Amino acid sequence: MSRSRSSLIPKRSLIQRVFSADVLAPLGVGLAFLLAWDLFVQITGLPPYLLPRPGLVLQTLFENWNELFSSLMVTLQITVIAFLAAAVSGLGISVLFTVNKWIERSLFPYAVILQTTPLVAIAPLIVIWLKDNTLGALVLCAWIAAFFPVVANTTLGLNSVDRNLTNLFKLYNTNPWQRLIYLRLPSALPYFLGGLRISGGLSLIGAVVAEFVAGTGGAKSGIAYQILIASYNLQIPKMFAALLLVTGLGILIFVGLSALSDALLKDWHESAVKQES
Amino acid sequence: MSSTVPPVRSTLKPAISLSNVTKAFSTGTVALQDVSLTIHEGEFLSLVGPSGCGKSTILSLIAGLSSPTQGDLTWQMPDARRNLAFVFQDSALLPWATVQENIRLPLKLAGISRSASEDRVAEAIELVGLQGFEKSFPRQLSGGMKMRVSIARAIVTQPKVLLMDEPFGALDEITRNKLNEDVMNLWHQKRWTIAFVTHNIYEAVYLSTRVAVMGVNPGRIVTELDIPEPYPRSETFRQSPIFGQYRYQLAEALALGMGATVPL
Repeated sequence: MSRSRSSLIPKRSLIQRVFSADVLAPLGVGLAFLLAWDLFVQITGLPPYLLPRPGLVLQTLFENWNELFSSLMVTLQITVIAFLAAAVSGLGISVLFTVNKWIERSLFPYAVILQTTPLVAIAPLIVIWLKDNTLGALVLCAWIAAFFPVVANTTLGLNSVDRNLTNLFKLYNTNPWQRLIYLRLPSALPYFLGGLRISGGLSLIGAVVAEFVAGTGGAKSGIAYQILIASYNLQIPKMFAALLLVTGLGILIFVGLSALSDALLKDWHESAVKQES
Repeated sequence: MSSTVPPVRSTLKPAISLSNVTKAFSTGTVALQDVSLTIHEGEFLSLVGPSGCGKSTILSLIAGLSSPTQGDLTWQMPDARRNLAFVFQDSALLPWATVQENIRLPLKLAGISRSASEDRVAEAIELVGLQGFEKSFPRQLSGGMKMRVSIARAIVTQPKVLLMDEPFGALDEITRNKLNEDVMNLWHQKRWTIAFVTHNIYEAVYLSTRVAVMGVNPGRIVTELDIPEPYPRSETFRQSPIFGQYRYQLAEALALGMGATVPL
């Protein structure tokens, strides 16, 4: 039975996992793309200020590493603060929504409005209002981009408790607080984590958009500001190098949050359970 | 375990009485019409009937999950109302909690500390034969084992009244027979009052001291049948002619309960 299963199936070693199809297939596509890119530039003879060769991008990245990396850390800081704020406030707002239907009825439409208004359109306002606090303005913009998926997903999760379990908790004469802690929050955990995965990426996008807007107003900030300045100066290889860093950071955030989700759900939720066939 | 003949019903004290209970839903469906039924202390009562006859509704009324539209439900057994446990058709376990934690849940919610509940949880695990699976999660268990966890969670509170809503309906016959035997032995040991809902006549005859047969459209009680056979009941009882006679009587009553509107 299940007790002996884990010892019967040999675990895959780290090397086996690194060289699995899940890693090799996208890696192959990536290499082929870079090769095609390189050949394309060589054949057409495009100048580097239109499209630099991949090697040149990498070289530029190493040459400007200190400057670009410290800018990236500024962006990371904004992203992390906004993300944590989105996670905490999103969870809090959705719990409030489920405590009282009236709160949800009256506030949910505004959460939707905040989400659907283009961030690029409101970011300049926020930057102007918080003129003396650029960091605060950028975090606020990134938070606006990131909080909604957490609210929407967690609210859905808190309302998706199994009917039989709800009846069971009624039979036990539980108070609303016990139902929240022992039933609704654990039921909502997979939804909350799903929301976090989306909002991690959105925090970064929000931070980058806000930096662009702030940058056009002359406020120095993180990696997006570097992209903006590089584009003003036609330093296209540097633009690509900065872009590479942002993308890398985005991937890291996604992988990190996926790992967190899998670790928390591995024992019980279908999404994280390893299938054997 | 010594063999005992169940006491004659008239000597038992009534525990829960439904008198002229009607339950109608806002959709207009009448789940129960004018149902009167008394469950006695220490009795194993089965409610048998086709889908939609309101047998589960009776359990949810007793459990206080819903209230009658008309008529009265009275508890005559002191303290029993608070010592009530329910076993659902699907095992209704917390998927994120281990077997042990699932069984401890009612004690935890009642504010009993981990150390104080430890022995009781261990005893319940032993009673249903789940030793060695304390740390397993529900998804690692078979349907029959999940049902055992669900039963252990019910009996860990040492209930006076146990309500079981088609607990073995989704299980294969071999597992069902095994669990029937185990539940019968547990009842024989502990003498709880059990109300057991099923649509399986074999199960009802094998387990019960009394069977109430229900009919549909509207949901009502057609007849009640005593099964005064000694416990523990064995496999030979299942094969005996008398078992067949009870089964036949129940099948006839069931047909009567459906015949009012549904031609067979």
